[in-house]
Amino acid sequence: MGDNTGLRSNWYIFLTILSALVLSMMPVPIQLELFRPDWPLLVVLYWCLALPNRVNIGVAWLTGFAMDIMMGSVFGVYAISFTITSVFCLSNYQTIRNFSVWQQSLLIAVLLCLYHLLVFWFSRFFATIHFIPNYLWPAMTGALCWPWVFWLLRKLRRQFSIQ
Amino acid sequence: MAFDHFTDTSAIVRTYLTSIISPVLYLADAPQEAIESVALRIKTKESLMEENALLRQFQLEQNEKLQQFALLQQENKKLRALLNSSPRHQSKSMVAEVMAVSKDRFSHQVVVNRGTLDKVYEGQPVIDDLGVVGQLLTPGTTTTHVLLITDSTQAIPIRIERTGVRAIAEGTGNIDRIKLNHIPHSTDIRVGDRLITSGLAQRFPEGYPVGVVTKIIRDEGRQFSTVFARPVAQLDRLKYLLLLWGAVDDIGEAVQIEEEENG
Repeated sequence: MGDNTGLRSNWYIFLTILSALVLSMMPVPIQLELFRPDWPLLVVLYWCLALPNRVNIGVAWLTGFAMDIMMGSVFGVYAISFTITSVFCLSNYQTIRNFSVWQQSLLIAVLLCLYHLLVFWFSRFFATIHFIPNYLWPAMTGALCWPWVFWLLRKLRRQFSIQ
Repeated sequence: MAFDHFTDTSAIVRTYLTSIISPVLYLADAPQEAIESVALRIKTKESLMEENALLRQFQLEQNEKLQQFALLQQENKKLRALLNSSPRHQSKSMVAEVMAVSKDRFSHQVVVNRGTLDKVYEGQPVIDDLGVVGQLLTPGTTTTHVLLITDSTQAIPIRIERTGVRAIAEGTGNIDRIKLNHIPHSTDIRVGDRLITSGLAQRFPEGYPVGVVTKIIRDEGRQFSTVFARPVAQLDRLKYLLLLWGAVDDIGEAVQIEEEENG
């Protein structure tokens, strides 16, 4: 029975990450493109906080790798950025859980900034590119979206008793 | 990362992985497809008739040009035969639709709905109705990434239409700008000059429009002048693209050259 619940939980987690990936690739008007939050990372970070026993750096790496394939970037750029960002959440999940949602979203803003800097830094190995502060807008919108991502996923987790 | 970047071994893996992930791309594209089909259904009869009339007129004009084209082609063939130069091959093409735009900021790519099932190949030239768009990256089974000419890792051999001067246009990472490097100060080049593909690298066929010169910086303190151009293809609003096939010989030759390079 216990094994069955585990399988079901994994399945639900997989579905949430998959829908986040779809959201991240969905075409939007070019003006909004700059502000698109990093949905897959937000979802992975939520699961890292809520169920660190199920979602570990392996899952973060796989999600990042899926991003790599979709973006057509050099393999590993997103994978390693996802991994490093999620390590911070995984190693401090008990502390972060005790924060209020708004405090969490501040922390998420910092983590997202780190993520974007990492992506930039790794991409820089392979192409001549320049950093402009506009690249950090998704960190802000992501932090603003965090409370809703958090509440939605918590509701899902409780409704379907994902554990 | 380094393994992927500096070696070719991941190409096959990439085909499989792209194929695995392509359902996500199709899912992401679905809402837009739905909206478009609904928009098509609720179009009024008048607007459709208007559009139809416009298209008819357009086709008439095009047909008139095509008649001349047939004549010119014939003439060109004869002249080439007289000059004993190799005849130009008719190339095949295929329409592809843009499914997604890559969200990677540091790389300009779009995803099209064609893959190895349609016999597309890596490095295949892609154009739209106005000019050159870019080339295909490693194809998946049903989806393939297109590297745009503005990507900072892309370079394309071109010729200035007016003077025939050869140059190489490099992407700048800026969607409305490409850059010509190593243009001597004395070169006859003006703002507004059209750039067309020279066909020299065997990858892009000859004669397709690439860009229009927008800015020339002639700083005598530097060895070369810097020339910027605007791509003529509307790279930020691509929808339908054409994939080109050179004649069979050309592809064989291209492959051979690549093998020689790798070997």
